[in-house]
Amino acid sequence: MSSRIFGSGIRRREDPRLITGTALYTDDLTLPAMVHAAMLRSPHAYARITRIDVSRAKAAPGVLAAYTAADIDALKPVPCAWLLPNANLKIAGYPCMARDTVRYVGDIVAVVVAETAYQAYDALDLLEVDYDALPAVTDPKAAAQPGAPQLHADIPNNEAFHWVVAGGDIDAAFKNAEVIVKERIVQQRLIPNAMEPRAALAQWSGASGELTLWNTTQNPHILRYLTSVVTGVPEDKLRVVAPEVGGGFGSKIAAYPADFITCFCAMTLNRPVKWNETRSENYQATTHGRDHIQEVELAAKKDGTILGLRAEIWAGMGAYLSTAAPGIPTILHGLMLSGVYNLPAVKEHVHGVYTNATPVEAYRGAGRPEATFMIERMMDKLASTIGMDPVDLRLKNMIPRFENGHTVITGLTYDSGDYPAGLKKILDHVKYKELRKEQADARKKGRYIGIGVASYVEICGLGPSQVAGAIGFQGGLWESAIVRVHPTGKVHVFIGASPHGQGEETTFAQLVASEIGVDTNDVKVFHGDTDVTPMGWGTYGSRTTAVGGAALILATRKVKEKAKVIAAHLLEASVEDMDYADGRFFVKGSPDKAKTIQEVALMAHLSWNMPKDVESGLEASMFYDPPNFTYPFGSHVAVVEVDPETGQIDLKRYVALDDCGPQINPVIVEGQVHGGVVQGLGQALWEEAVYDENGQLVTGSMLDYALPRADTLCDIEVISTVTPSPHHPLGLKGVGEAGTIASTVTMYSAVMDGLAPLGVQPLRMPMTAERVWRAIQEGKAQRAEGKAQKA
Amino acid sequence: MYASEFDYYRAGTVAEAGELLRKYPGAKLLAGGHSLIPLLKLRLAAPPALIDIGRIVELKGVTVTGGTVRIGALTTHADLAASNALGESCPALAEAAQQVGDPAVRNRGTIGGNVAHADPASDLPTVLTALGARFTIAGPRGTRTVDAGGFFTGMMTTALDDQDLLTAIEIPAKQKGQGMAYVKFSHPASRYAVIGVAASVTVTGGTCTAAGVAIGGLVPTATRARSVEKALVGQPLSADAIAKAAHQIAQDLGADILGDLYASADYRKAVAPVWVKRALTAAADRAR
Repeated sequence: MSSRIFGSGIRRREDPRLITGTALYTDDLTLPAMVHAAMLRSPHAYARITRIDVSRAKAAPGVLAAYTAADIDALKPVPCAWLLPNANLKIAGYPCMARDTVRYVGDIVAVVVAETAYQAYDALDLLEVDYDALPAVTDPKAAAQPGAPQLHADIPNNEAFHWVVAGGDIDAAFKNAEVIVKERIVQQRLIPNAMEPRAALAQWSGASGELTLWNTTQNPHILRYLTSVVTGVPEDKLRVVAPEVGGGFGSKIAAYPADFITCFCAMTLNRPVKWNETRSENYQATTHGRDHIQEVELAAKKDGTILGLRAEIWAGMGAYLSTAAPGIPTILHGLMLSGVYNLPAVKEHVHGVYTNATPVEAYRGAGRPEATFMIERMMDKLASTIGMDPVDLRLKNMIPRFENGHTVITGLTYDSGDYPAGLKKILDHVKYKELRKEQADARKKGRYIGIGVASYVEICGLGPSQVAGAIGFQGGLWESAIVRVHPTGKVHVFIGASPHGQGEETTFAQLVASEIGVDTNDVKVFHGDTDVTPMGWGTYGSRTTAVGGAALILATRKVKEKAKVIAAHLLEASVEDMDYADGRFFVKGSPDKAKTIQEVALMAHLSWNMPKDVESGLEASMFYDPPNFTYPFGSHVAVVEVDPETGQIDLKRYVALDDCGPQINPVIVEGQVHGGVVQGLGQALWEEAVYDENGQLVTGSMLDYALPRADTLCDIEVISTVTPSPHHPLGLKGVGEAGTIASTVTMYSAVMDGLAPLGVQPLRMPMTAERVWRAIQEGKAQRAEGKAQKA
Repeated sequence: MYASEFDYYRAGTVAEAGELLRKYPGAKLLAGGHSLIPLLKLRLAAPPALIDIGRIVELKGVTVTGGTVRIGALTTHADLAASNALGESCPALAEAAQQVGDPAVRNRGTIGGNVAHADPASDLPTVLTALGARFTIAGPRGTRTVDAGGFFTGMMTTALDDQDLLTAIEIPAKQKGQGMAYVKFSHPASRYAVIGVAASVTVTGGTCTAAGVAIGGLVPTATRARSVEKALVGQPLSADAIAKAAHQIAQDLGADILGDLYASADYRKAVAPVWVKRALTAAADRAR
């Protein structure tokens, strides 16, 4: 492989169309005779519907139809596609439209279709619905208590599942402990906030029985399958297209009622129907993330040797189980509790709990930030309890370098890692010892500098299909690619994965170009259209490069092998005597006797003179099912200063060290890390979806839900180590979620470190200025009380 | 985000705007639209008609004559922030304008629309209140002028009647020995002021001879901090004197303190002196 293209930070080819506003998103698409749908959503978190009258809406100007649940019986319930085994999973029926009961603010009650979107929204105001409001519950632990409002008649205590991970002798660990540290951690509910809200455009051809759905999805093939299940349209007559998709972060994995309703309207009215959610709807009804209450204990010896981690988690699922939801707080969380450490014992109970809130799905990192936060926070707490530098404690317990497999107590086998090297490298980079000295000097002057350090390992590249089956994921997790070299040597690549902002149109072109020596600009990557691309399981879980990239490189190698055979034939040499470099196939020792890939491509298509038993054309496809997950890792450092007068936090420095294996394009890696870090910092400092006691979403818009902004951040320094995955053909691991997984706890660590001399108790996230200020006041009061008692 | 139906009219002059207002009761004036249009899209406002005054040229721009800064009501935040004349004669207003919203808001939003909306968390009303601005209003019975205290009558309410049009705002230009500043504790989501403080101090011979201080964000309407001002005048502007004066803000805040999810009323009240101190310190530095 040429290192000239692989590893170069060329510009993203996606960007010109995105930056100039010429990219076509679902909402940009217009079809002849297209009409518009608007959804009426429940204003109550929990209520019985006592009356619906659509007659005034139906009579409004431009209105074609108004449907309620009674009209859309043809639609099956929305399926849950992660049937977690051994967890007493109880799936509540997830109707496309609420029939007699609404269970969260945003539940769909009716749909109006009109000639224009304005007319549709005008008609929504004319729908009459009477509700009998019921007491609601949105806190997952409260919802699991006896006496809490019950969301679904046949599911006691709202418990959707109870899953346990156990390894080692946890009782012995706690019996032998010299130190036990405990903490209650709230991983608050977050709103993913993709820049593009969700949208659907459905076109029905009554004559042929064919349905096309343009949709903001991260996984068009899964959606095609689920749309077939829900609408009854056979898969061969269904086409799902993900046009330009403006970010997803997990929120565009799920199959949604609104999309199926849009299909229903198109099929019933025989008109193309577009639905485009408003930002307010996006906040209420597009899936949320996180929402854990974690009660955690870590057992250790006084010298810092960790012995065991015990935890009980209540994970809010919202009113219904979203497509992949059950796997997030379990498989992607509980199995990662060992982190980068030699943890001898673990036991965690995870309660998935129905609440009167928006369904929860994967959100960038999906389970792993919540796991990393737990172990890393407990390491910090242990360090301060036994008076050890948090970095020394980490190094003492870290799994040493391994190149081909290390099995941890949860049963996972990490692929490769060198955690101590990464941590040492970032500490050298930030001059950790000097930083600590600066911090001590600043404290003498009444300034509160905080230094946060955290290490992480994540499970990515989902994953071996056999494992997927064993853990109840209702799909395979392989990927596929087709590489087609045209007569002029230009290349079309068709992938099953569905990038939506990550940059694989560029990096995948780099992979192909590096492998067969064509120019990167001569490779075009197709994705996101089930009629065009081969089957794939979607873009999430940092799997597109780790799995789809492997499929692509192996398909490209097949093309290369075939090209070599043809070149040998044309040069009248034996295949064994052929060599390859920089796009040329030549006879060993005679570099002038050569055929370029373009020459071979032309001859393969002309087919005038092919080797015996070799097919015409130059094309190959590959289905790649990975033998294991990949396990990227790293360490991050944050430096903050806390303003003791106001509680405001000033982010002074952020450094991320990530090891995702070899990097196809370091500029794109840096961009992924930047975005990930920022989203993680958002959780630490600003973001929370807040429901009031009636289940109303109080943070219903960007006026109240605070997202990170450029002017509230510092420059983010990105460095790396390179530890190839032993099982990926190129050693690649994936990097989409790394930043988010590490940065929340790194920031938390920095703020708590800064506040340490003020005697501050653990803060709830987001660490707003007021929360920090109040904690400082309480710390002051307690110290004053302590002094008074001593006197 | 689809507004209800409304009619649209465009006024070419102040007189035309007045006529249209009389002709279409309930109509709303549209300037930069950055307060009104979000309300329309959320269907929180549904006026029958909008009268677009955005192209009335005579209402745009900053002029300084005879010790008075005159700002046309349609001057955008970006133009305020970039105005050299304003930077010299009323730097706190330029400083505040630079902190309104984001570039898109500053490029479209106008000072007139901003003050007419009278959002309690807005920046410009606080500065205008501190600096003793006067507001020129064209109404059905001719033109009148009111001071800031008379203009901002309460939360989201002003002295403007249905058929009035704010045409200009006048502020006394900065004098020798005068320093002014606007400091802001921004809400992380909305970027409105959790607390905003505008301060102007005039120093003669080492002593503060005049002070204008106002606070916004945590009170229903921009509020003049008379107790703070009183504590400053006649004092040398030492760190101690400033800190002491800043604590007087508690006397000026009144009983109605605003709070939200991000910052409660109690918290805002408790940290208000810190922000007053910071504004006074910056203004005092610039007075020297």
